[in-house]
Amino acid sequence: MSEVARQVPAQRAVEYRGGGFAPSPHRWVGFMVFSVVVILAEWGTRAGWISPLTLPKPSDVLVTFQDLYTTGLLFQHLGPSLSRLFVGALIGVSVGVTLGVLIGLFSYVRSGMVPVVAAIFPIPKIALLPLFVIWFGIGEGSKYALIAFGTFTPTVVATYGAVDNVDRTLIRMGQSFGLSWLSIVRKIILPGAMPGILSGLRISLAIAIILLVAAEMLGAEYGIGAYILEAGSLYDLERLFAGVVILSLLGVIISAAIGLVESRLLSWRA
Amino acid sequence: MDIIVKSLSHRYGSIDVLSDISLHIPSGQVVCLVGPSGCGKSTLLRFIGGLECPTRGDVMQVGEPPQGSLNPLTYVFQDFALLPWRTVRGNISLVLEDHGIRGAAAREIIGETLARTKLSDFARALPKQLSGGMKQRVAIARALAVRPAVMLLDEPLSALDAQTRELLMDDLVSLWTRQPFTAVYVTHNLAEAVRLGHKVVVLSRRPGRLREIVEIDTPIENRTAGDPELDKVQKQLWDLMRDEARAADEELLHV
Ligand SMILES: Nc1ncnc2c1ncn2[C@@H]1O[C@H](COP(=O)(O)OP(=O)(O)O)[C@@H](O)[C@H]1O
Ligand SMILES: [Mg+2]
Repeated sequence: MSEVARQVPAQRAVEYRGGGFAPSPHRWVGFMVFSVVVILAEWGTRAGWISPLTLPKPSDVLVTFQDLYTTGLLFQHLGPSLSRLFVGALIGVSVGVTLGVLIGLFSYVRSGMVPVVAAIFPIPKIALLPLFVIWFGIGEGSKYALIAFGTFTPTVVATYGAVDNVDRTLIRMGQSFGLSWLSIVRKIILPGAMPGILSGLRISLAIAIILLVAAEMLGAEYGIGAYILEAGSLYDLERLFAGVVILSLLGVIISAAIGLVESRLLSWRA
Repeated sequence: MDIIVKSLSHRYGSIDVLSDISLHIPSGQVVCLVGPSGCGKSTLLRFIGGLECPTRGDVMQVGEPPQGSLNPLTYVFQDFALLPWRTVRGNISLVLEDHGIRGAAAREIIGETLARTKLSDFARALPKQLSGGMKQRVAIARALAVRPAVMLLDEPLSALDAQTRELLMDDLVSLWTRQPFTAVYVTHNLAEAVRLGHKVVVLSRRPGRLREIVEIDTPIENRTAGDPELDKVQKQLWDLMRDEARAADEELLHV
């Protein structure tokens, strides 16, 4: 045997180059980022390198929050806000889902309504508030209308997109087994569109919270929005931030609730 | 109930897809439809089941479907077409609900068809928990549940791996021998065609025309792998198809 053949070729592990592109949830990271920001703000305001005019002390915000709670003012503000959010979003989402499904099903509705929806989608709904006040009065009506209108458009777009994306072979299957039109809509199209509708709901409800503050700009005595606006006009930063924190918490809770609904309703997804 | 296809032609826009197809599907027989891909096999099957209308020609049904047949013309699809949000049981119940069959009556039919397709242990599983072969079994169970007069199978085994295909083919054969059914079975696999077909219909490349109808006389239950008679038929079919398949493969798509 020759000298060359007896030489053992060098071995090394195959270089790993897979992995990545698969984000997985790490709950504590979000919490950490949040804590770091709060701690930095607290440190800065205490040490003085953040002027109290630019940012309130987080601990003061907490105290304000506590006051709000102990005086019972918190629920006095939260109650009306939640009911406006609920009624407005309920109207907007249910009309939106209905119209979205109709657009998904009927060519005439599609041809007629898609341009209309496209035309009203980019209108800043806040700009229409005076109009709503004229139409629905300065009371609750205009607030419901603003929130309903704001949640309606993204819901419509998400819903008809979701209906369009329902697997056509499943619909063909339904027809081939002689299912009635109504059965196909109820048992195939609606459940098939559910993932898209729910992810649209996430966006709509976030928009609803944004519009809540706008709706409470006019003629609201109580409400988180009214509270924030009042604090803002007085440059009372502690109260302003306390109100903002409440809105953020509301957003987080709503998003978590949708997540819960998704995991129950969409457990069939692979 | 027999099915007769009468000089059927079809075009999609400016593309001729099928040209002058005439065909007789006798009751109790399996007719296999083979041809190069794109020759219009799936299209023809959609016409036979009434999911689309041909440009010219007719599909006639001769005689009445047997008593108790809920959905005389019933499909089994290549991609299974199961509702992912319903369990195996729910998927079968879906096609019974519209016929007003619920509760105990539905349970009885579902139990019976699941037993026939050896799926009883999987009644509560969701499709995402099942392998491809299992999913196709569920689709076959669903088709059997509506007591079809004619089953229309569009490449039911093509999405499966070779071993699963063998197993499912055995299942189809034993289903037929225990209780003969009428079927149109579309495939591009000649081995499947000679295993299951009483008649093998060979279509030419697009526009699909009838090239040849080959009858196989060996009873289905006696057909075994490596049977020289069947091998001869399979070779004959391949000779018919080879040039068509090659030409179809090389054809530029004018779309
Ligand atoms: N809905 C349709 N619209 C236009 N062309 C179609 C449609 N369905 C099928 N075709 C065309 O008809 C031809 C036959 O299709 P198909 O029946 O699916 O072939 P096969 O099942 O034999 O592979 C193909 O060329 C395909 O592109
Ligand atoms: Mg096909």
